[in-house]
Parts: sequence; C-alpha cells; structure tokens
Amino acid sequence: MAQTLQLRIVTPDQIAYSEQVEMVTLPGIEGQMGIYPMHVPLMTQMVPGEIGVRKDGRDYFLAVGEGLIEITGNEVAILTDMAIAAEHIDEAKVEEARQRAQARLQEKLSDEEVASINSSLARSLAQLHVKRRTHH
Amino acid sequence: MASTRDIRRRIKSVRSTAQITKAMQMVAASKMRKAQQAALNGRPFMQLLYALQRKATTAAVDFTDPLLEARPVRKTAVILVGGDKGLCGALNSNLFRVAAQFDPATTLFITAGRRAAQYIARTKRQLHAEFAYGDSPRYAEAKAMAACARDLFLNREVDAVKVVATRFVNTLTQEPVSLDYLPVAEVKGMKLPENITEEKLASDYLEFIFEPSAEAFLGYLLSLYLNVFVYQVLLNAKASEQSARMVAMKNATDNANSLIEDLTLHYNKLRQGKITTELSEIVGGQQANE
Repeated sequence: MAQTLQLRIVTPDQIAYSEQVEMVTLPGIEGQMGIYPMHVPLMTQMVPGEIGVRKDGRDYFLAVGEGLIEITGNEVAILTDMAIAAEHIDEAKVEEARQRAQARLQEKLSDEEVASINSSLARSLAQLHVKRRTHH
Repeated sequence: MASTRDIRRRIKSVRSTAQITKAMQMVAASKMRKAQQAALNGRPFMQLLYALQRKATTAAVDFTDPLLEARPVRKTAVILVGGDKGLCGALNSNLFRVAAQFDPATTLFITAGRRAAQYIARTKRQLHAEFAYGDSPRYAEAKAMAACARDLFLNREVDAVKVVATRFVNTLTQEPVSLDYLPVAEVKGMKLPENITEEKLASDYLEFIFEPSAEAFLGYLLSLYLNVFVYQVLLNAKASEQSARMVAMKNATDNANSLIEDLTLHYNKLRQGKITTELSEIVGGQQANE
C-alpha cells in the first residue's frame, strides 16, 4: 500500500483543507518543494503561490498566501492567512483586484504601502495562476 | 388624572417599543451565535501556532528580535477595541473605565469601533489611528491594526503596547481587560487571549531542519502571533458586544411587557369605574322618576 501524508492547511478562520494525500508541492521560501511521505522533519516559511496536491492519482490545486510549513514523516501542517481551492476562485474578481493593485503601484507611495500592495498583488497573482492552470 | 384614552395611547406606544426591542434581541442573538462560531473556528490555527512555537523555541534558544525587547516605559500605546453601536448595556462604559486609567499625557490610542473613537475624541485624548471592523471581523482588519501598533513600537514612538478590550466569558458575563501586547517579553511567554489546552506537545519531539534558519522562522511566527492576537481580540469583542446587546434588549422587552400589563390593569380599573358610575346614575335617575 502506498504511504500517505496527512495534509492540513489552517487559516485563522477555518481549517481550509485536511486530507490524506500522496504527494504535495509547496511554494517554500527557498523554492518550490515536492514532499512525499517519509520526508525529513522540516520547518520553513511559505511564500504566496500554489499548492499542488496529489490524491488518488489526481491533482488538485490551491492558492495560498504567506505562511509557515511544518513537515514531519507523515504529516504536513500549513499555517497561512489565505487558502482557496481552485474551483472557488472568482477569476474576474481577482483580476480586478490585481489591476487595482498594479494601478496603485504607479502612484507615489510610502514604503509600507508599497509592501502591503505588493503582498496583496502577490496573493492575487497566486490565485490567478492556480485558476488559469486548471483551465488548460 | 389620565383619561382612558391617554392610557390606551400609552399602551400602544409601549407595545411598539417592545416589538422593536424584541426584534433587536433576535438580531443580536443570531449575530452572537455567528461571532461565537467564528471564535471557535480560530482555535485550530492557534493550537498549531502554539505547537510550532514550542518546537521552534527548543531549536533556537537564543532568539532575539526587536519586538521582544523591553525598555523603560515612557510612552504607551493602547489599542482600544470598543463596539460600533450603543444599546448594549454597560459594556462600553465599563470598557472606557479601564481605558481612563491610562495617563492621557503619555498614552496614544489606537481605536477599533466607532464608540471607542468617539470616546477618545470626547475626552480629548491623543488618537493615533482609528480602525473599523465589521460584524464578522476579518483577519485582514486585524492585520492592519497589528501592523500599526508594531510600527509605533519599532519606531520607538512608544515603549509598550497594551490592548484594552472586552473578553467574552459567557453570554451573561463580559469583562473589560487590559492585556500586554508589546514587547513580547519572551518567545515562550506568548500567550493568546484565548485559553488553549496544551495537548501532547512534549511527547513527539523531533529534530527539525529549519529553512532558511530557525531565527527567521521564529521571526515570522512572531509576526503571525501578533496578528492573530488582535484577530482573537476582535472576535472576542464582537461576541461580547452582541451578547451584551442581546441581554440588554431582552431586559428592555421584559420591562416593556410588564409595563403593558400594569397599564392594562389600570386601564381596565378605570373603565370599570366609569361603567359603575354610569350604571348607578341610570339606576338613581330611574328611582327618582318612580
């Protein structure tokens, strides 16, 4: 029997995902990583991007925000402020948010504002990326 | 003395008031359930956060961060989390009594909720920033407030940050509390305003690899902790406000109903008296005729 990982994605307002999966790819701060069962214990930061999950031979995708990742041999726990499954992403709305953020970046802003807009931009891009990938 | 007509009019007015307070009670009850549910939904996140913190601090023993640094306190910032509306009993005034204990000269206020902002303006205290939060507080709202407080602290404009808010005990009891927010004296001392049972943390000790480093990981965890802290406070405040309003409105409805009862009794007595007088007049008149 193939081994599985318990994947948990937790946001401040809910448990966004909790399933037994075969493999998961994560946007780690030092690059994309693929995690199989029996991975060495690891803790790292996560950047906005997409999480790919393989379950029962099928691939699923989620858009995620910044966060923390804890990996043990049979469990992956993710703390993040955003996690949205591909089928729940409203492309038009996100695209609008992205354009708004990009338009605001053209204005004269303080460093803080730039940082906050950049982070919301990164989240919009992550969602768009996940959504468009599932279309093709 | 009031005529029967006046009393009838009063009963009608009290009855319509009771209808309104009853409706407000129902609305507050449903919002309260939602707010309590939201507070429960936040639990897993905090549990995981605690677990990670525990594991990471065993790896990075001498972790330091500007946010941990305690310095002599000359100026304080207070995050005052109040309600948006009144009609919730003594909730807001109890809260402001705690806020009033801070020296106006050395305290900057960051407010959340309209009532809190109004209070600061009315008592002419220093207002640094004003935030709003909705009926179901969102994490992003908490994040903005946390960032504001953190900047004040890191720019050395203030030396300590406190949170004054209402803690939700149960539907009948809400207590105003003043919590320490910054500096976080010790990483291990991180304490969220919610009581979490620490389950099986020590048992599964593993040697973890950190990427890029345990310090960077803890730094991020710290900022996450500060955001979630405010988020929890907001959820608590919202649940408190709604349950206080529900109780206040229930009392108002009950009072109105007993007032209606009294007035109805009075009205009936008056009517009865009138009829009796009329009857005796008729009888008296008839007897005089015979």
